[in-house]
Amino acid sequence: MRAMFASRLVWIGIAMLAAGALLPLFASGYVLGLLTVAFYTAVFAMSWDLLFGFAGEVNFGPTFLIGLGAYTAGILDARLSPHISIWLCVAAGAAAAVIGGLLLALPALRLRGPYFGLTTLVAVLLLQSFIVVFAGLTGGEIGLSVPDVMSIDANTNYWIAFGFMAVSGAILFGLSRSAVGLILQASGQDSVQAGALGFNVVKHKLAAFVVSAFFSGLAGALMVFYMGTASVGTFVDIAVGVQVIIAAILGGRRTVVGAAIGAIFLISMGELLRPLGELATLIVSFIALLVILFFPDGLLGILRGGARS
Amino acid sequence: MLFWQILIDGFAISALYALGATGFTLIFGVSGVLNLSHGAIMVAAAVAAWAAAGLLHVNAYVASLIGIAVGIVLAFATYFIAVRPIQQSKRIAESEREIFILTATLLWGIIIQELVAYLYTNNAKTVLPIVEGVVTVFGVRTPSNEFFTAAVCWVVIGLLWLLVNKTRRGKAVLAASMNPRGVTLLGIELSGIYLTVWAVYGLLAGIAGILLGMFLGVSSYSVGPLTASAFSIVVLGGLGSVSGSLIAAYVVGYLETMTAYMISPAYRSVPALLLLIVVMYVRPQGLFGRR
Repeated sequence: MRAMFASRLVWIGIAMLAAGALLPLFASGYVLGLLTVAFYTAVFAMSWDLLFGFAGEVNFGPTFLIGLGAYTAGILDARLSPHISIWLCVAAGAAAAVIGGLLLALPALRLRGPYFGLTTLVAVLLLQSFIVVFAGLTGGEIGLSVPDVMSIDANTNYWIAFGFMAVSGAILFGLSRSAVGLILQASGQDSVQAGALGFNVVKHKLAAFVVSAFFSGLAGALMVFYMGTASVGTFVDIAVGVQVIIAAILGGRRTVVGAAIGAIFLISMGELLRPLGELATLIVSFIALLVILFFPDGLLGILRGGARS
Repeated sequence: MLFWQILIDGFAISALYALGATGFTLIFGVSGVLNLSHGAIMVAAAVAAWAAAGLLHVNAYVASLIGIAVGIVLAFATYFIAVRPIQQSKRIAESEREIFILTATLLWGIIIQELVAYLYTNNAKTVLPIVEGVVTVFGVRTPSNEFFTAAVCWVVIGLLWLLVNKTRRGKAVLAASMNPRGVTLLGIELSGIYLTVWAVYGLLAGIAGILLGMFLGVSSYSVGPLTASAFSIVVLGGLGSVSGSLIAAYVVGYLETMTAYMISPAYRSVPALLLLIVVMYVRPQGLFGRR
């Protein structure tokens, strides 16, 4: 059963990959731009799922890690523009997210349940306050514009984002199905028993946090060089984190692939319903609520259930 | 002068925080639910009072009653739409209920928030205060409404204390927060207790929202910060401890007011957040937490 589930996920993944890679041949620049953002969000959601779905830790502050990556990369580029490659900035962004993630996780992992969640939430609020207070460096509430972008071609940007999502997805998925992933899952469900079996629960959770931070920061940094700006509203605000969490649970927690589906679904729905104005968010939230109430396994669960019956 | 100003302003804002957080902690203490639609319910109640005063031209008292009614209705709606189905679902594992309820109430809060924004726009709204005018106390010119706010908050909290400690129903609620199974064995319907608690919660959140609307004004942008501040006050005081929440509300309220007056309003929330992090590391169960 487990093997069947895994193989079906792999097939869904391969079908999505094929469809995604060929899309620029048919789709307009508008659709590609939309999906580019959706793919970065998908990486945010997959990283979050590794931490929640497997390690069982509710991280309310995915945007702390995303924001650290995005702003570190953005500030470096804005300060040292012609003398620094954007890829170096991206690497620095990912490194900053990992360091920040470690600083947050080392003490926070001692806490359980809602307390861990709240610490991560507070980390976001603090980061947001600091960005606003040090407006000279960070651009404050207006946002930071970055002199360099990866590419101005919609197709190139799309392929970079798509490739990045595919590679990160494969790594995260592989990790979740590996022995480490199983230990994580065991620690998430019953950390005392996992510890009694001789696994170092804290070490594994810390590793999960670091991996999650790495991919979140990397995706945040790359997205800065796609958008050309970094602002609180797109990278740090709690609303962004909420969207990441909803995407992961909506798509189907504990699947990694589901998180990506959820993110793409959320972003596309939001855009499709945009003509409705303020009602768009209302309807998307309502659909997400219905899915959570009636299909706790998420969109991927619906897909799986439909395919099996 | 500055001292009295901080003392008075801080007292009023802290009383408001205390009232807002009390309902939140009551729900958690009795049913273990962290309701993330808290801010949305407060804002919706305030906007309802504002709309009633502006559109129906009723006086401030009737408008407040309408706002409170909206708060109670929304509290019940939260329970029946976003909480109960998950508590009773057989497809969601026990260990995952918490995150599902968090997510569902969060989404429900967004739905309320967007509905308010759709019907009455995102603009900030100030509810017509029941008490108008300005008084000068210790050389500080203060709106009478600030004293009114603090007084109402403390009267309501006092009444809640009486309800919980002196009435039969209240004692049942208290018992349910200590041992739900024991209460059931005594022949008291647990679902009835939950309904009582959510009604009281709606009342408290409604009153707190309307007072906030009179004091500082509300908009749909205040939803997130309101939920976050209630959450942090409750965790700082210790989840489930009402007296802890009251003390924590004053700590946070005064810390924020002092920072705003003595350093800069831009840093207003920073010291309270840092304090929260320190407390979580040193004493994870909060200042007065039981679990």
